[in-house]
Amino acid sequence: MSENASAARRSRSWTLGARSTYVRIESLFVLFGLSAIMAVLSPYFLQTSNLLNILLASATIGVLAIGATYVISSAGLDLSLGSVLGLSSVVGAVTAERLGMPWPLAVAACLAAGAAAGWVNGQLVTRAGIPAFIVTLGMLGIARGLALVISDGRAIYGLPEGLVYLGQGRPFGVPMPVFIFIGVAILTHYILSHTRFGAHTLAIGDNEAAARATGIRVGRHRRRLYTFSGLMAGIAGLIFMARVNAGDPTAGLNYELTAITAAIIGGTNLFGGRGSILGTMIGALIMGVLQNGLNLLAVQSYYQQMAIGAVLILAVFLDQWQARRAQAR
Amino acid sequence: MTLLEIEGVSKSFGSVDVLRGIDLTIEAGSVTGLVGDNGAGKSTLMKTITGIYSVDDGTVTFNGEPITDLPPGERRSRGIEMIYQDLALAKQQDVANNIFLGREPVKRLWGLIPGYVDKARIDTEAQQMIDRLGAKIPSINRPVGYLSGGQQQSVAIARALTFEPKLVIMDEPTAALAVREVEHVLDLIRQLQKDGIAVILISHRLNDIFEVCDRIVVLRQGRLIADDPRGETSMNDVVSHIVGAA
Repeated sequence: MSENASAARRSRSWTLGARSTYVRIESLFVLFGLSAIMAVLSPYFLQTSNLLNILLASATIGVLAIGATYVISSAGLDLSLGSVLGLSSVVGAVTAERLGMPWPLAVAACLAAGAAAGWVNGQLVTRAGIPAFIVTLGMLGIARGLALVISDGRAIYGLPEGLVYLGQGRPFGVPMPVFIFIGVAILTHYILSHTRFGAHTLAIGDNEAAARATGIRVGRHRRRLYTFSGLMAGIAGLIFMARVNAGDPTAGLNYELTAITAAIIGGTNLFGGRGSILGTMIGALIMGVLQNGLNLLAVQSYYQQMAIGAVLILAVFLDQWQARRAQAR
Repeated sequence: MTLLEIEGVSKSFGSVDVLRGIDLTIEAGSVTGLVGDNGAGKSTLMKTITGIYSVDDGTVTFNGEPITDLPPGERRSRGIEMIYQDLALAKQQDVANNIFLGREPVKRLWGLIPGYVDKARIDTEAQQMIDRLGAKIPSINRPVGYLSGGQQQSVAIARALTFEPKLVIMDEPTAALAVREVEHVLDLIRQLQKDGIAVILISHRLNDIFEVCDRIVVLRQGRLIADDPRGETSMNDVVSHIVGAA
């Protein structure tokens, strides 16, 4: 049986709601299992304020992971997510603080910086034909460096109230970033699972030659996907900046690791052709619970990086192991 | 009536000249067999018709209009369909979505939100097409990767026939099929001809070619070597054209 056919087998893992929405049931087990363990180990875990903290932490990662989901399910890759987050937060802070622009313009600048970085990625991948791995790895360095240059290596403090509200405001007692995350998730779920753009994204990831043969403009679509992914990094940068009330050039360091892990645990096929925003939201929550739990248990933050890296490798290993087993059947 | 006209088409990949000045016309409702050795340029020629490859030189005219510079999607919407040898299916997507790939109908969700892919309509119409072809598919919502080779072939055929094509190109449609399924594909080609749809059939199986084609075209090393009505040629002639013994 071919690689593709076995991938198709995997996609029947479990479905929730609409049949266009694949959610791996294993990921729900992991989320609840992990939460149960944390709840037993720490009395603070289940407190409302802590649960809101988890949602808050998951919001930034979740928005980044949505960008990762789109690109990976088209059989692409975006390693620059974390750096572009840092760049866009600096651009937003410079616009508001140094240039003294009104805060809505700072929001626009944040999103535009992210989308622009993604646009460059897309041009280089599709027009220059450079592998996405290399292009986005290069952008990881370029965006981070540019953020440091613009900010002179220091965080830019003192943002206008309107901006800070986007990160620290709590309508109905729920942090603003959670609303932003949910809004972005609903919109991107609709696009991925119910529009032609989404259908073509999955088709390109599944079989690029087939997509091209049926008239889908693959290059143009990929360029849009990378721009979209950059835009998500811009939104994440906005959330991050508003939360900490500063444009920090080191913001989002190594976040691409967490975001890609969240997407993969959520059921996005590493080789393209399958992905769902609902699954990615669960993946982002798993990441949030993991980090929060380790914090509560006073585990040194260095170990968190190790844990997330291990989870990524394990998730891909289990996915491939399952596929091999399905093949052998 | 001339449906497709290819004039002086050349194509090279690097230093390899795959097509060297091909002239070919296809009449509406005709069945043309295209044969030649491996590497003769058959598939490349067909891909210059569908727009997957651009030509280096020459023109392609369809229904009286030049289409040489049009992208594949535009050519498809004018009525050129191709069933590829590797079937060109997205294996993780379901049968219905594969049939409608690149042509998903949309509506407004709740009469409000634009761009909603009408999955219910896709499923209904895909099922009708599968039924019309008499194909046996376990479920229209099964990912294509689950299906057998013959079933996948049916999906590829259904995709080519759902949007009322004028010309259907089939690249080795019977290569992976059992005898009974081959007969089915040949019947289908005859049916298409009755409906006034032109077919170009690429096949290594000369028996199939002689059974359904009005006309047999032979390519060798990127050149059109022979172009004869079925009644004026024989299997021996065709074979010697293919190998270059004539």
